[in-house]
Amino acid sequence: MKKHNKPYVEWLLTLPSLGWLTLFFIIPTIIVFAIAFKPAGVNGGIGEGWTLESIRNLAQPSYPEIIFRTIWISVVATAVCLFLSTPVAYWLALQPPQRRQWLMLLIILPFWTNFLIRIFAWKTLLHSEGWLKYALVSLGLVSPDAILLYNSGAILVVLIYTYLPFAILPIYAAAEKFDFSLIDAAHDLGASRIHAFFSIFVPGIRTGLFTALMVVLIPALGSYAIPDIVGGASSEMIGNKIAQRTFVDRNLPHASALSACLALAVLIPMMISLIGRDRRFTKKTGGKKA
Amino acid sequence: MEHFIELRDICKSYGQQAAVCNATLELKKGEVFSLLGPSGCGKTTLLRILGGFQYPDSGRVIVNGQDITDLPANKRPINTVFQNYALFPNMTVWDNIAFGLRVARMTRKEINVEVDRMLELIDMQDHARKKPGEISGGQKQRVAIARALVNKPQLLLLDEPLAALDLKLRQRMLIELDNIHDEVGITFLYVTHDQGEAMSLSDRIAVMNNGSIEQIGSPVEIYEAPGSSFVAAFIGDTNFINGQVKEKIDHDYIRIELEEFNSVLAWNDKQLNPGERVDLSIRPEKFRLFRNKPEATPYMNAVEGTVEDIIYLGAQTKYWIRVGEKLVSVQQQHGRFLLDETPITWGENVWVCWHANDGYMLQRFDEEDASMLPLPPEEDLEDDEEAQ
Ligand SMILES: Nc1ncnc2c1ncn2[C@@H]1O[C@H](COP(=O)(O)OP(=O)(O)OP(=O)(O)O)[C@@H](O)[C@H]1O
Ligand SMILES: [Mg+2]
Repeated sequence: MKKHNKPYVEWLLTLPSLGWLTLFFIIPTIIVFAIAFKPAGVNGGIGEGWTLESIRNLAQPSYPEIIFRTIWISVVATAVCLFLSTPVAYWLALQPPQRRQWLMLLIILPFWTNFLIRIFAWKTLLHSEGWLKYALVSLGLVSPDAILLYNSGAILVVLIYTYLPFAILPIYAAAEKFDFSLIDAAHDLGASRIHAFFSIFVPGIRTGLFTALMVVLIPALGSYAIPDIVGGASSEMIGNKIAQRTFVDRNLPHASALSACLALAVLIPMMISLIGRDRRFTKKTGGKKA
Repeated sequence: MEHFIELRDICKSYGQQAAVCNATLELKKGEVFSLLGPSGCGKTTLLRILGGFQYPDSGRVIVNGQDITDLPANKRPINTVFQNYALFPNMTVWDNIAFGLRVARMTRKEINVEVDRMLELIDMQDHARKKPGEISGGQKQRVAIARALVNKPQLLLLDEPLAALDLKLRQRMLIELDNIHDEVGITFLYVTHDQGEAMSLSDRIAVMNNGSIEQIGSPVEIYEAPGSSFVAAFIGDTNFINGQVKEKIDHDYIRIELEEFNSVLAWNDKQLNPGERVDLSIRPEKFRLFRNKPEATPYMNAVEGTVEDIIYLGAQTKYWIRVGEKLVSVQQQHGRFLLDETPITWGENVWVCWHANDGYMLQRFDEEDASMLPLPPEEDLEDDEEAQ
């Protein structure tokens, strides 16, 4: 009796979130993909019929450079975020519970200030008369006429700054569940603390690392505001190009084609890794699924 | 080189609370030594100090005459079997065992030989490719032991290794541990709060209470000659009898005036003098019960009482006998079962007899320890009824 009811109840419970996702995620994505195959309308709208014009337009000579830049900035930002967050999460998980709560609060604190305001604050910091520049120059780390703003480096720094808390949270969530007696065990068997960290802790929190990777890489690839504010004309990312196609050229099909490209660049690797994981899972449980 | 591992005056406290204080231990090469004590008495803390996971506030740890107090865990010739096994979940059984060898940068060939040897020792050759999540509790236990032994430590620490297993498996693993010890021949330090495990496995036992070591000795010494009321009550069951020395009978025996009932004879192994206080511990199985007053024999004590309660345990029967003010716990092994024999029943008058040598004088007596002893079950019920 109960077993018979179960799938029905499960469906009922998933329905709201499924409906929400369908309405606000799946349908809009399909619309974006569809518009990419439409001709541009005269007044910035969408024309009648179907065309491959926008797809062909993706072969523009300026695009490869932008795509390449978008990817390297995002990948480096993600790598740095993960690299910095993992020891922080390790350390956090070993703190006494009460102190941990305070530290978590400190990590979330930046979210209390508006995202754009924080980026503008970086503009002041990195400005040629800003005090960060001044400090770096007086330490002799930077030459007095170096420009810290309006380049890829500035974008990278601000991306890392913005997404670091988003990387720490899932890694910390995994670290908190990690059984630290495993570190003791590795240490006991002769491994140094650092060896134990890399050979036992890092694999032990890989789900957290994977989530952090997604949470940082995907928004970084699509970032628009950060390169727009602290980047320059020579450091545009795909996000800026999409915005430019939408607001300046008023060519929605071109913008959609670019967006679709970005979406596929994210979705395809994600699908592959998810399928791979699923296959490993079914293999482990002997092909049985609950 | 008799004492190959020494802990000298180890103290460790967490904030205000002392977890271990002034613990001194000496382990001999090749012995199985148990740390036995109730929960929270500091066994794990002492073990972790020896393993190098924690550092003592004061005191020294010495192995083979070498002071290793400040050496970290990965530099010590000591390996640990953790209470929850702590097997690496994302590695196979084989890789778990090989971990220590890989860290030690052995060649692939050496690693293969050693791991296979360990797998054979624990009889797990068929499960080498499984992950810890795919094997049973007893198998995990064996892998944890193999992983700790593969680096050929001089001392193996085991922290309640059988606590997570069910009774049957525990008994089997106990035998297996004994076999493994015979095979590898290194020193085992075994932590447990189960006296049965400690008694059956160990060459020597240290009984701990409240962070300090109460007594160290062989299982027989601990049981037959407990040093304190705590040890007497924690290991097995006992009766405490307090009184005053009345007179010396001869060189070895004294007569004791008891608070609760008539005077008794006891072996004076502590050379007490008349007037001194004395605390005796007498194990329930040392008593004998008789319906009629037995013939007097030298150094035999006989006191009269009534049967308050009887608990039949199969192989034995436990009696609670009221002697004067006191309830005495008596345990009798069954002899041949005779149908026509009428067993002793409730309310009957009986004589409780024991030899003067059967009582053991305690060096230290603490009222609180007496409360660890079991009470007759009926007693509680009656109290409840009276309260209502
Ligand atoms: N990390 C810690 N912080 C504070 N107090 C601790 C800590 N670890 C242990 N203690 C305290 O120290 C005392 C001894 O603990 P320990 O773990 O050594 O006991 P144990 O004898 O191993 O007990 P069990 O049989 O329950 O494992 C306990 O009172 C415990 O509360
Ligand atoms: Mg413990």
